[in-house]
Amino acid sequence: MNNAELNPIKDRSMVESAVVGNKGVLRAQLIDGFKRDKFIIFCFSLLLVYLLASLFAPVIAPFNPYDLSQVDILDAELPPLWEEGGDPRFLLGTDAQGRDMFSTILYGTRISLLIGVGAVLLQTLLGVAIGLTAGYFGGKVDSLLMRIADIQLSFSTLMVAIIAAAVFRAAFGEELYGELAVVILILVIGTVEWPQFARTVRASVLAEKQKEYVEAARVMGFGSSRIMWRHILPNTLSPLLVIFTLQIANAIIAEASLSFLGLGMPVSEPSLGALISSGFEYIFSESWWIAVIPGVVLVLLILVINLLGDWLRDMLNPKFYRM
Amino acid sequence: MALLEVRNLEVSFRTREGIIKPLRDVSFTLNQGERLGIIGESGAGKSILAFAILNLLSRPGYISGGQVLFDNQDLATLSEKRLRSIRGSRVAMIFQDPMTTLNPVMTIGQQMIESLRAHRKISRKDARVIAIQKLKQVQIPSPATRIDQYPHELSGGMRQRVTIAIALLLDPLLIIADEPTTALDVTIQAEIISLLLDLCVSNNVGLVLITHDLCVLSQMTRRMIVMYAGRIVEQGPTKEIINDAQHPYTQGLINALPQLSIPGTELKQIPGAVPGLQHVPSGCAFNPRCEFSMDICTRVEPGFTCSGGCSVACHMVEELVNSMGEDL
Repeated sequence: MNNAELNPIKDRSMVESAVVGNKGVLRAQLIDGFKRDKFIIFCFSLLLVYLLASLFAPVIAPFNPYDLSQVDILDAELPPLWEEGGDPRFLLGTDAQGRDMFSTILYGTRISLLIGVGAVLLQTLLGVAIGLTAGYFGGKVDSLLMRIADIQLSFSTLMVAIIAAAVFRAAFGEELYGELAVVILILVIGTVEWPQFARTVRASVLAEKQKEYVEAARVMGFGSSRIMWRHILPNTLSPLLVIFTLQIANAIIAEASLSFLGLGMPVSEPSLGALISSGFEYIFSESWWIAVIPGVVLVLLILVINLLGDWLRDMLNPKFYRM
Repeated sequence: MALLEVRNLEVSFRTREGIIKPLRDVSFTLNQGERLGIIGESGAGKSILAFAILNLLSRPGYISGGQVLFDNQDLATLSEKRLRSIRGSRVAMIFQDPMTTLNPVMTIGQQMIESLRAHRKISRKDARVIAIQKLKQVQIPSPATRIDQYPHELSGGMRQRVTIAIALLLDPLLIIADEPTTALDVTIQAEIISLLLDLCVSNNVGLVLITHDLCVLSQMTRRMIVMYAGRIVEQGPTKEIINDAQHPYTQGLINALPQLSIPGTELKQIPGAVPGLQHVPSGCAFNPRCEFSMDICTRVEPGFTCSGGCSVACHMVEELVNSMGEDL
């Protein structure tokens, strides 16, 4: 037996690491770091549970909280199963209107995540387009777009959302607002926070623009938009991925805050924030679960997303990555 | 017929300190299939010349005078749309550092196929066939597997072969190579040079080779241009200039080559440095560094004098030629 045969695994892994592509290296690095960190595996699994639960909410939930015929006011304010007086039909108890808390939370998480992801997708679209344009063209275009970004950042998300919601309600009435609440919240949160993405993309584009492959692409006779979107953008994806994650947490918080203030989702179709809000008045009348359980669910969701975002940032930053 | 004719090209940069001119009064012609070398120190304006030929100067630079006639079209005044159809397909460019000229997140195949399809209406499949064929032409082993790899999976020499393949992709009439071998080590440099030379000869492609390496230049070109501080100082057949340089700057460049055969000899250098573009000396730009500098050199910018097959911008050479003419 010669040495090469003695050491087949080591040799193969060396060959593999030399052969996989750039994306492959990144992927291998991520998977590697992922496997080593038990805590991140836990966070990721929890996020997966959240995602699956909200995706399959209609299947999992024992009741449909939107269907008033399933709600009985006599079941109101029943405590969770493990408390004295708990009803076996209601795992996490019921709220003041007799809705099953477990089902309501499932549906609420679904709405919170939907708004979070939707708003951030919109932010990404706007931010990437604006940041890419500003960074690539530079000069006056850059100054103009970045000043607009500064102005946008000086308005707080909540303030803009409150004004937008108030104007919409005044103009089109409460009923239409209730129907379109999800869309309106996505639009408002999505359009307010694009500067985060624009700034990040612009910074990366400025660095990438100096590299010769951009020059080479121009020499090949490619147009500006093709160079921007096909050549530069894919090289700026790692920082984007990180803020994408962190911004989802921010968007969910923004939505929850609005709903808590009574300006977000209507009570008939509650998100987690609206649930906390509706339970808040009962918190001192012994029905603590109506506010606390959705609160814990929300905090845990935000925490998990933020931890994953931080972890991604560390992983994608070569300075932080240790062998 | 001339493939490329540059006439009195002038490039300006708008800066806070005013307008500076990194390229002044550059004229030369290149015939079909001819190979021309451009040499000069860093800052002489070689790369700016390359980009000016393609009208690709980025702000704050712009062409402020002269013409770039390629195939009887003036690239300096052509519309952006027409320019884009010429770039890449008729005139290609090879850059110095093959590590950064290829996009790190696209496979070689993707980059080649995209270039082909940007200029020709062909299917992805046909483009791939052409790409593989070109990779084979630049002697890349097993091109069919290499084509799906990312640039970082290839060695430096291999990557430069790929950039040459990309340059040849659309069968251009002219290739501008901006220091194509500077980033490579000597043995690979030799391989790349002979490859580029073979390909240019067999495809009858014109080559403008920009370099600061006299050895590379003498191997690859028949004619050469020496540039100093944005101006041409000497132009003529490569052999003649290398054997018998007229301009003191060219002589200095040739003398500065290290002599390997005589160990222990001190390296010669041209004293001083290339002037900054804001402070180009009056008269002949080279005069503060020139050992033959005369009174007139600091006052009057020299015109071109024909000496043998070369044209030289130097007062001393002018005087020499004139006195020889009187003797006859």
